[in-house]
Amino acid sequence: MSMTEQRSTSALLYLSGVTVSFDGFKALNNLSLLVEPGEMRAIIGPNGAGKTTMMDVVTGKTRPDEGEVVFDGKADLTKLDEADIATLGIGRKFQKPTVFENHTVRDNLLLALAGLRSWYKLLLAAPTKAENTRLGEILSIIRMEAQQHMLAARLSHGQKQWLEIGMLLAQDPKLLLVDEPVAGMTDVETETTAQVLREINKTHSVVVVEHDMGFVRALGVKVTVLHEGSMLAEGTLDQVSADPRVVEVYLGR
Amino acid sequence: MITRFLWQGMGPMLRVAVLFVLAIGIILPLLNQLMPASSAFHVPAWVLQLIGKYLCFASLALAVDLVWGFCGILTLGHAAFFALGGYCMGMYLMRQIGSRGQYGNPLLPDFMVFLNYKELPWFWHGFDQFWFAAIMIVLVPSVLALALGWFAFRSRVTGVYLSIITQAMTFALMLAFFRNDMGLGGNNGMTDFKDILGFSVQSDATRATLCFTSALALAIFLVISGAVVGSRFGKALTAVRDAESRMRFLGYRVEGYKLFVFVLSAAMAGVAGALYVPQVGIINPSEFSPGNSIEAVLWVAVGGRGTLIGPILGAFAVNFGKTYLTGALPEVWLFALGALFIAVTLFLPKGIVGLWSQIRNRGTARKARVPA
Ligand SMILES: Nc1ncnc2c1ncn2[C@@H]1O[C@H](COP(=O)(O)OP(=O)(O)O)[C@@H](O)[C@H]1O
Ligand SMILES: [Mg+2]
Repeated sequence: MSMTEQRSTSALLYLSGVTVSFDGFKALNNLSLLVEPGEMRAIIGPNGAGKTTMMDVVTGKTRPDEGEVVFDGKADLTKLDEADIATLGIGRKFQKPTVFENHTVRDNLLLALAGLRSWYKLLLAAPTKAENTRLGEILSIIRMEAQQHMLAARLSHGQKQWLEIGMLLAQDPKLLLVDEPVAGMTDVETETTAQVLREINKTHSVVVVEHDMGFVRALGVKVTVLHEGSMLAEGTLDQVSADPRVVEVYLGR
Repeated sequence: MITRFLWQGMGPMLRVAVLFVLAIGIILPLLNQLMPASSAFHVPAWVLQLIGKYLCFASLALAVDLVWGFCGILTLGHAAFFALGGYCMGMYLMRQIGSRGQYGNPLLPDFMVFLNYKELPWFWHGFDQFWFAAIMIVLVPSVLALALGWFAFRSRVTGVYLSIITQAMTFALMLAFFRNDMGLGGNNGMTDFKDILGFSVQSDATRATLCFTSALALAIFLVISGAVVGSRFGKALTAVRDAESRMRFLGYRVEGYKLFVFVLSAAMAGVAGALYVPQVGIINPSEFSPGNSIEAVLWVAVGGRGTLIGPILGAFAVNFGKTYLTGALPEVWLFALGALFIAVTLFLPKGIVGLWSQIRNRGTARKARVPA
């Protein structure tokens, strides 16, 4: 495939003119977005602005009708499926914690661990020493060594959140998409989550979608405001909060 | 490497189950062969035939459980794979009859002579050889499963739609096999078998051997299923069952996982059907009837979905009840089956195996509550 001029961008994630319509309704409307390597970006916007749809497009769940989606300057994400995109190094965290309830904590991490994915290799594979070491490290980071043989179904809500963070560490993606991580959390939990994301951002690029302004402020990163499927404003939280259009559609309600 | 693969799934429960199945398959035939008919320990041939039949049903149930219990594919068409294996065996058995048929045609089975066939249809060639039939018994169901699974899983057909497709498959096959011009005996199917590998299918020794072989097949399927389910593949498989899209976003190509178990399971069902046919002495299109596939799902539900032992217990329990009721109170059987289905769904979501652990858990919970 020939490289178009835009694809030689240095951006880790490049969206240009992306449009997605559902029965004529444009969930994304000519959306463009650039995320640099190592960056953490917050995306805010009212309900229905298209934030989740944007993540669906990047992870291969939804195909855009128009536009370019390029990862790492070379991979055309509109041509790849979820498994390919995940293998390229894009991880995704959903709003409600989704762990494998019928698996132990350790097996959850093992399934997420970067590396083996093909069915015929997994038939014969035994965990390697390197994998066991890595699992041990992650278990200690998320402080769940004691629960490692417990079924995930028996964990508390908070423990499931931690397990999911452990799974993201195990997956070790280059870019992590996080959808509304603090919805329904207490203030203390929100603060902890902000810390964790900042920690993860030291070694990974992150795009985080969130409603909670306090949380976005705590992250202290560049903000993109989405409205009706397009970008409305971009800048620091203070800059976008001062933008009269943003105030009108979102903040000033 | 293969031995390590096969041993990795052998938990203590599974070991007991495998030994138990083998014990049935060895002791009953031996008691039939070694004890004089007058002895109280003599096992009559009809018991061997019945147990042999149940063992084949148990293999079918295990096959259903592998895809439904461990991969979440509610198949309502697995009896089709069973019947296809059965038809392959039936074709072999028909060709063994040779000139001993009523019409005495050395090449053409009776039903072909009756329908004025001039020569053997092309797909009947090779079935005079046991090795060829044996390959087909595995190959035909596998290829059908591969084709169906390939399209269904790649187009991401799941849930009810997938169940409907599998049900439609077995229904379509039933209609096709009913036709005389399929060249497979039509309505009447195939029967009046004479011998298998040179031994009379009627003899006690053959019945004993078939019963043993059915037990051996079930034991092997248990070991293979245990190994698959106990491997890292198995962990990924149950994860696909519980959260398919999550697995995709982790980079797993879930179609491959589904396809592998679907084909493996179809092959198991085919072998079970092939062992069933010489024991009951007939194969006809009714084996494809949608109800048969649904019954197989019921055995799994009764025994315990997603356990390896459950489907075997379920197949034996339900079929024992069926044999008893269809003999004692034939009108009642269908109602009993319906009631059983409702009862299991309502009260025994994890089947007999689940009931056992439910009781055990309640016991320990009660013990835990007693103050020290
Ligand atoms: N699969 C779908 N079919 C139809 N409409 C959809 C679908 N997914 C999203 N939408 C619509 O697209 C709009 C954007 O949704 P979404 O991306 O979930 O918004 P956000 O995450 O910003 O709240 C909403 O109006 C939603 O109803
Ligand atoms: Mg959303």
